[in-house]
Amino acid sequence: MSEIVSVRRRRLLLGLGAGAGTLLLGGCDRLSNLPQAQGVLGSAQWLTRAAQRTLVGRDALAPEYTRADIAPVFRANGTLDPENAHYQALAASGFKDWRLRIDGLVARPRELSLDDIRAMPAQTQITRHDCVEGWSCIGQWTGPMLRDVLARVVPKPQARYVMLFCADPMDGGSYYYESIDMRTAAHPQTLLAYELNGETLPIRYGAPLRLRLGRQLGYKMAKYVMHIQLVSSYRPFGRGNGGYWEDQGYAWYAGI
Amino acid sequence: MEPATATLPAPERAVGGRIFILRHSRAVRILHWVNFLTLAIMLMSGLQIFNAHPALYWGTSSDFPRPILSMGAMEDNQGHTWGVTTVGSHTFVTTGVLGWSKGSDGTYVERGFPTWATLPGPRWLAMGRAWHFFFAWILVLNGAVYVTLGILSGHLRRDLWPTRVDWQRLGHTLIEHLRLRFPRGDEARRYNGIQKLSYLFIVFVVAPLTVLTGLTMSPTMDAGWPWLLAIFDGRQSARSLHFICAMTLLAFFLVHIAMVVLSGLWNNLRSMITGRYAIDTTPTGTGRSTHE
Repeated sequence: MSEIVSVRRRRLLLGLGAGAGTLLLGGCDRLSNLPQAQGVLGSAQWLTRAAQRTLVGRDALAPEYTRADIAPVFRANGTLDPENAHYQALAASGFKDWRLRIDGLVARPRELSLDDIRAMPAQTQITRHDCVEGWSCIGQWTGPMLRDVLARVVPKPQARYVMLFCADPMDGGSYYYESIDMRTAAHPQTLLAYELNGETLPIRYGAPLRLRLGRQLGYKMAKYVMHIQLVSSYRPFGRGNGGYWEDQGYAWYAGI
Repeated sequence: MEPATATLPAPERAVGGRIFILRHSRAVRILHWVNFLTLAIMLMSGLQIFNAHPALYWGTSSDFPRPILSMGAMEDNQGHTWGVTTVGSHTFVTTGVLGWSKGSDGTYVERGFPTWATLPGPRWLAMGRAWHFFFAWILVLNGAVYVTLGILSGHLRRDLWPTRVDWQRLGHTLIEHLRLRFPRGDEARRYNGIQKLSYLFIVFVVAPLTVLTGLTMSPTMDAGWPWLLAIFDGRQSARSLHFICAMTLLAFFLVHIAMVVLSGLWNNLRSMITGRYAIDTTPTGTGRSTHE
């Protein structure tokens, strides 16, 4: 091989190497800000969801733990005390005037008081809470299964998602909200919890009522739930991605 | 003598004391570079995810006061801030790299790994996860194609499975490597024992462990495959093991790069791009398989 070809090839290889490095470091950062790229990367969640639906049975249970496993201090995350005058007034009177409104695609919309919910058959489950940040805490949660609560309002067949609207104000004048599909809503570890570790749910953990899921990450488990609405699509709400954190770029499917 | 690949090139040409062989098949070359890009993205987006809670624990849940590894910033009584990394009961000052480093705007911020090591550079967990969980599919798919083709074509058995001679010469090969003397002539046609064992360890031990510990962090997978939690001793252990697997892959990558450079950068690089690998047939040499 002649010296010139060799040098040229060397330059080409060096160029390719440098180009690949720059592409990786700079390009990926630029791509991260591109809505189209975000859409493509984010779409992998639907493949992940399909794969997990295939591998994991509809009612497969998340592991349950013993009292000895309960975290001494359960880490509280997100809103710890909603800056909302209406909520603060409800809290001041022990949530006796609080009502959970359930409507949307249901045959019999209704409002439930905390006593109504406490009178329902309850589950007590010691489960692991996994935060999207990476940490895990074990706690004991008590409350009715969401499917039993929904049975009281008789969901219509068109209902595909359960929207949960919350009392905690977030950036930009919006309130926290979330959505889960009917399959998740029907899971036996999907609870509307009003107790943590045998005590009335403290405000920092979402009093008076929060969602508990066995098989998804913490940000799906809306705290300070005020209003449940059954819908056919979550697109009309917020910025259309199904939840407060989803609107900030997090995946709607939080099973991973 | 065994050929290095399934398909030998048209008659080996001797050029100035060197002959060129087809070192890597087209499939291996494509899979190699896809793997390289994907692993780089996985590592860097993984560090972004780690940075959201730069601490590791053992067991099921996070025992916050007792991490096995943690990174953060500490202020001394003179108001000076240090980056600190704690491993078990040992604390190391890692200012500028781990715990306390320059953010994207040039000012120091508290973060686990520095901006140049994470994808995206700035703190952005949502996009880190988006990159990670997209390219996880590419990585697994690429790996599955590699193993399937490797078995079907005989590449794994022929080129990567150690022979009895490889085992017998393992000590010798190790010493030669440490002295930075690499095989030449006919010996350079095949992987040596150390290479074969390293590649097999990565492909059949570290890579599957990385995938399985990754899956164990998924709360849905834990419901479907509870044995994952049993074999890795809980979700937080799995997260720590996932991190250790990633660091093992990084260490393999760094040694791999060093070996590529030391044993003939251009020849190695050419063989992984065009497939052509030069073998020095002159009786004397510096120990390098080629010098252009």
